[in-house]
Amino acid sequence: MPKLSPRASKRNSVNVSTKKAKITTKNLNLYYGGSHALKDITMEIPECAITAIIGPSGCGKSSLLRQFNRMNDLIPIARVEGEAYLGETSIYGKSTDVVELRKKIGMVFQKPNVFPMSVYDNIVIGPKHHGIRSKSALNDIVERTLNQVAMWDELKDLLHKPGQELTAGQRQRLCIARTLAGDPEVVLMDESCSALDPESTMKVEDLMIQLAQKYTILIVTHNMEQAVRVSDMSAFLMIDLDDDDSARKVGKLVEYAPTYDMFTNPTDKRTEDYITGRYG
Amino acid sequence: MKNFKEKLSGRVFLTLALFSILALAVITIFILVQGAPVIGKHGFAFIAGTSWSPGNGEFGILPMIIGSVAVTLGAAVIGVPIGICCAVFMAEFAPSLMRTIFRPAIQLLAGIPSVVYGFWGLLFVVPFISNHLGGLGLSILAGSVILSLMMLPTIISISEVSIIVLPSTYKDGALALGMTHWQTIRSVQLPAAKSGIVAAVILGLGRAVGETMAVIMVLGNATAIPSSVLEPVRTLTTNIGIEMGYAEGEHRQALFATGIILFVIIMILNISAQYITRNKSKSLKIK
Repeated sequence: MPKLSPRASKRNSVNVSTKKAKITTKNLNLYYGGSHALKDITMEIPECAITAIIGPSGCGKSSLLRQFNRMNDLIPIARVEGEAYLGETSIYGKSTDVVELRKKIGMVFQKPNVFPMSVYDNIVIGPKHHGIRSKSALNDIVERTLNQVAMWDELKDLLHKPGQELTAGQRQRLCIARTLAGDPEVVLMDESCSALDPESTMKVEDLMIQLAQKYTILIVTHNMEQAVRVSDMSAFLMIDLDDDDSARKVGKLVEYAPTYDMFTNPTDKRTEDYITGRYG
Repeated sequence: MKNFKEKLSGRVFLTLALFSILALAVITIFILVQGAPVIGKHGFAFIAGTSWSPGNGEFGILPMIIGSVAVTLGAAVIGVPIGICCAVFMAEFAPSLMRTIFRPAIQLLAGIPSVVYGFWGLLFVVPFISNHLGGLGLSILAGSVILSLMMLPTIISISEVSIIVLPSTYKDGALALGMTHWQTIRSVQLPAAKSGIVAAVILGLGRAVGETMAVIMVLGNATAIPSSVLEPVRTLTTNIGIEMGYAEGEHRQALFATGIILFVIIMILNISAQYITRNKSKSLKIK
């Protein structure tokens, strides 16, 4: 089992259960064609905290993350049932504007997907399309977000350099800055460190902890040490037999608890097997 | 024995491959040998001369250069926007069923013989222009309309591919920022596919510059410099096509020299298209 770092223990001494729920799901189901990818996911994700989604490969971690900003809409065979809320607003409601929703729920991807344009243009592309025209307002956004990701000093003289020429670690932090430029309430991070070297990973993790003061953060990670290092809450997903139909396999939320509790005292045998390395 | 067969088959393939290179070399040399003396004799006046009168020994092809440029630009003005919009539609909006119908249909457009385009233009486009806009109808405009249709398959298929091969992470990233589908296309995908689209346009232009049969039938073929798009013109290609049958001596050489100019123009277009796409593959590697 991963050792708890002092930082994690300290972070977890903050009682997450007193925090308001930012995202709530009730019996959320996801189907890809005939296969039942996620079954009856019910969870409350606390505001201004880091929630980690962990589990073996292919268990639906990323699918669950993509439920929250409706990126699964892009997959024609994907179908969703059940309820999910951002604060009071229904995510899958009939009158929900997906574009507005995605402004509030930003996403950072597995591989840094910097657009083929300058550092500056990468950051302002979102705000520009959301109607911010004033040059000075856009300049302020670039400075603020690059400061938030601790790269202003590195990049302030290179703002017009092509973003794709930065190092992998810088590119991923640029992607985080680009997401923050839209002033989201929630930031989803889909294995955002898996393509990075250990040093860049550490910088991004520090960044997540910083950002959690202001933003609600959800991360998907296959790295349990990372979940322990940064997260307040952990959700363990796995593919298991369907309780209602033992011939089928479905993606389930096995355990959802404060990270400290889950890693010191898991309540489910399957969670224990996974985090002690006996499974997956 | 086995070794011998291996060697032999290698040689056979090499020989056959050399044939295509040889054909290019033979044609190039032949055109140069035939045409160069006229260019040598008349020099700059060949390109800048405004009078083409083979009977009087006047060989100025400026009207034809202007004709080719005017008809090609006209075709681009009509065909490029339609082609790019069609490519965006196919790559981004069309349901898969519609795509499976559209793609072969567009390929078919490329398969129609150019004489059929010309014939259709003569029977339909030319009278339409004459009735609605005046003049004879045999005009730059008629040629541009026909050529714009003929360049569509090139522009559409190459532009579509250059949009489709973009990493899907660009689109995902832009949508996840709360951009609409159209904003994503306009601000992220089209700029990223720019070099491929420019190459598509250049290749389409090359197709238009080189086309002969279809435009012979609708351009009117006058050797004067036109003053409006409703006037007839002659292009470099049609100049050769019309007069080759009866030209002799210096006149014949002058037609070959026209061919040299055409050859150079198309070479420049193709090389620039290749150069642009090569730069693109370089920039994608940085990713």
